[in-house]
Amino acid sequence: MTLSVAPSPASLPEVSALVCFLLILLVPFAGVGLALINCGLGRARSAAHAMLAALSVTAVAAIVYVIVGFSWQGAAGRPEHVFMVGGKAWGWIAAEPFFLRGLRLDLSPAALVVLLQLFSVGLAALIPLSSGADRWRLGATCASTALLAGCTYPLFAHWAWGGGWLAQLGANCGLGRGFVDGGGSGAIQAVGGLTALSITWILRPRRGKFSAEGLPAALPGHNAVLVLLGCLFAWIGWIGLNSGGAILFLGVEPARVVLIAVNTTLCAAASGLTTVVVTRVRFGRPDASLSANGWVAGLVASSAGAAFMKPAAAIIVGGVAGIVVPLVADVLEFRLAVDDPGGAISVHAVGGLWGLLAVALLTDAGAPQGSGGQWLAQLVGMATLLGLVLPLSYGLNWLLDRAYRQRVEREGEFQGMDLFELGAGAYPEFDVHGDEFLPR
Amino acid sequence: MKLAAFLLLVAGWAIVVSAVALLPSAGPRAAFVLAGVAVELLGLGLAVRSHLVLEAEGE
Repeated sequence: MTLSVAPSPASLPEVSALVCFLLILLVPFAGVGLALINCGLGRARSAAHAMLAALSVTAVAAIVYVIVGFSWQGAAGRPEHVFMVGGKAWGWIAAEPFFLRGLRLDLSPAALVVLLQLFSVGLAALIPLSSGADRWRLGATCASTALLAGCTYPLFAHWAWGGGWLAQLGANCGLGRGFVDGGGSGAIQAVGGLTALSITWILRPRRGKFSAEGLPAALPGHNAVLVLLGCLFAWIGWIGLNSGGAILFLGVEPARVVLIAVNTTLCAAASGLTTVVVTRVRFGRPDASLSANGWVAGLVASSAGAAFMKPAAAIIVGGVAGIVVPLVADVLEFRLAVDDPGGAISVHAVGGLWGLLAVALLTDAGAPQGSGGQWLAQLVGMATLLGLVLPLSYGLNWLLDRAYRQRVEREGEFQGMDLFELGAGAYPEFDVHGDEFLPR
Repeated sequence: MKLAAFLLLVAGWAIVVSAVALLPSAGPRAAFVLAGVAVELLGLGLAVRSHLVLEAEGE
């Protein structure tokens, strides 16, 4: 193992850097969107808890990322540790000092990467919140986020974005242009979604969710308006995320942001509309919360390859996401006994993996280098998410659960997270029921 | 059972990484990557199954 400096990306002209900076400032809207969606899809008696948890994990993620996260992730052109295999260097972890020491926070590409990642890691941390809704303790959400922001996220982000071995698959093995994930279908969404799967397995279902025969009960979200408003906020944020990511990590010219914004919008539109139709056909009426999930799944799927898709391809990518998401949500709940109140696994994990695959199937991302190996590069990235990120995330959270129980006490579930953990509800002027009808 | 499932997931990933790093020609490399992914899917299936068994025991 040796210390090396990865090939540096082209430096950004000042105007391009300014455009990129402004686009990155849109990204927090995606976090606002996800927080509103999580809150609306949860129950009224846990609404304040959901929003406070969103704020807390965003704060923890930002601080932990600055302390250690960027040290592991780094940026292309910065120092990294490499393995030499067959005479080729494979970057596996960055070698930056803690606390961003020695990094000038100006309009340089590395500084813009830090800013984008500061927001993105918070976004990834918000995803598991929706799968642990109504039963995940506030302290445990923060501790779990620290593990995500300090370990899981930066490791994969270095491989995909920081000049690591996945990004080098093109140069080292001739696999297209290497693993392509401009806006983070894998590095943000699938990492968050697979962490959500780990959390649902560790926390287990909410009380009353499944009958003795294993049949799921409907525990609908408490505010569809918040959920649908969240979708609109997320749309704004995703345009910034996909555009900023493509400029910084894929080196596309800033003029391409128009194409990226068009493709992001088309993906979300096609996915949302397809889910409306699918739920209309299945249930007789469109389902608002599933359709919202469809919209977000389209955004998630657009992230990896929005810079390389033709608009018609974006509609296909979104359409497929819109069909797959409600079906996977059904399978998870009815067949696999997974209680995921916000649909994080189907939306972010499955949608993210589909977005990565779509880069190989429906874009010209690998065309300049010969597209033959692009599908293999994408497959290797997806295999890394399933084969390393999922076990790592589960293992870390399992250890955390042993040291500090993540699930709230039995009484907390009956009272609701607001009263039990915060001492006051989100809607004090309304009568919010606990689970007094459930046997204790 | 869950431990075996996660070991299978990691083993599948190890096959994928080894194929990419060690095999120079495209055909065998793609075949081994696909084999690694298949092992991962087996691991994922086993993890899901072990969760179902735990839930049934919990009930």
